[in-house]
Amino acid sequence: MTATTLYALAGIALFGLGLHALIVRAHLVARILALNVMGAGVFMFLIAVAARNETPDPVPHALVLTGIVVAVSATALALVLALRVQAVRGRAGLAEEESPDA
Amino acid sequence: MIPALDILLIVALLWLARQALVARDLFKGVVLFIAFGLLLALAWVRLRAPDIALAEAAIGSGLTGALFLSTLGRLRRMEREAGQAEPPPEDGRRGGWTGGFLTAAGTVLVTALLGWAVWALPAGAPGLGDAVQARLGESGVSHRVTAVLLNFRAYDTLLEVGVLLVAIVAVWAVARADFPFVTRNAEAGSVPPQQTALVNLLVPVMLVVAGYLLWIGATAPGGAFQAGAVLGGAGVLLLLSRPHWAVLPERRWMRTGLAAGLLVFLGVGLALVIAGRRLLEYPAGWAGALILLIEAAVTLSIGLTLTLLFLGGRPAAGDPAPTMTHTNQQP
Repeated sequence: MTATTLYALAGIALFGLGLHALIVRAHLVARILALNVMGAGVFMFLIAVAARNETPDPVPHALVLTGIVVAVSATALALVLALRVQAVRGRAGLAEEESPDA
Repeated sequence: MIPALDILLIVALLWLARQALVARDLFKGVVLFIAFGLLLALAWVRLRAPDIALAEAAIGSGLTGALFLSTLGRLRRMEREAGQAEPPPEDGRRGGWTGGFLTAAGTVLVTALLGWAVWALPAGAPGLGDAVQARLGESGVSHRVTAVLLNFRAYDTLLEVGVLLVAIVAVWAVARADFPFVTRNAEAGSVPPQQTALVNLLVPVMLVVAGYLLWIGATAPGGAFQAGAVLGGAGVLLLLSRPHWAVLPERRWMRTGLAAGLLVFLGVGLALVIAGRRLLEYPAGWAGALILLIEAAVTLSIGLTLTLLFLGGRPAAGDPAPTMTHTNQQP
């Protein structure tokens, strides 16, 4: 096994860790954090695959670079929406996860 | 043989991610996530991706962390105002033990399948590196990642700049800036003198670094994204140290600045279409100059967008902005 394969597998593991937290955590901020870890896992997989060649493949690099900027802007929007949920509902969680008249 | 440093780095990354995600205290989780982002930048260096490392250090850990922290500050304030003594307990085991087991089993299954797919990847796939190398001479720049971003796949980058503009428009549509907890000292003008001195020192350096990154992107790791991220960081530092009306440009300039990247990018593309070429098909000899023009505008827009995303809402017209005094946004 080479170091790049190990990084690629670590990326998958990060994705799995994030996916689990995305499902079990109820707080929206924790879920947005989980999505960011999942994203980091995807980025790590792409960069590890790009690093298998003698000179790293620049196309996944460009992809991840745009991905990082898109991820931060999506995170900002998600956090603002989570604050709206908190303002309207009194807690930053989703509706279907509580009793109907809570 | 895998270097010990890589193994150590990967173990630390997985451990930090796990700890950040299971932390009941969200503040602790966010701080661990910031540490995770910094180590991630190291991993990018190990994977020979210096462009990504630069962007990750500035955005992935820095700005994303700042966004999370200011959100937590706002959440606490809202909870206090609503009379909640402490945040409502979060049930970590929804669905009981059966649900917990099924979730864990399902996640492990998905992860194992993905891991198997990675393991089974054919070795020695050439990728697109050779194709990029073959046409690099025509791209107008000599750094391969910049050539992909602003020439070969300029279309993707154009759309991505559009996504950034949509994000800030959506944030402004949802919320008005309510000046988060973390900037309350800045708004009140009661920032410690040490912080003011540090920011006065750092911000000019960051502006120079941003300019350097923008210029060097043609030949070495760097470019509009990294430069814009550094500008965004400088903007956030200023928002933490000065009242917002002393930092942000006037409304019409702010809006122009936010849209400048997309407008210049589209403008260049359309001008080329009118000239009888395809969208963003640069004429020979002009590619370098056009790329620099687009990158300069995109840098400005990314910097301003990231700064304003940190504010978390639309700065309202009625804010106490003594319009006569803010002649200069730099210190």
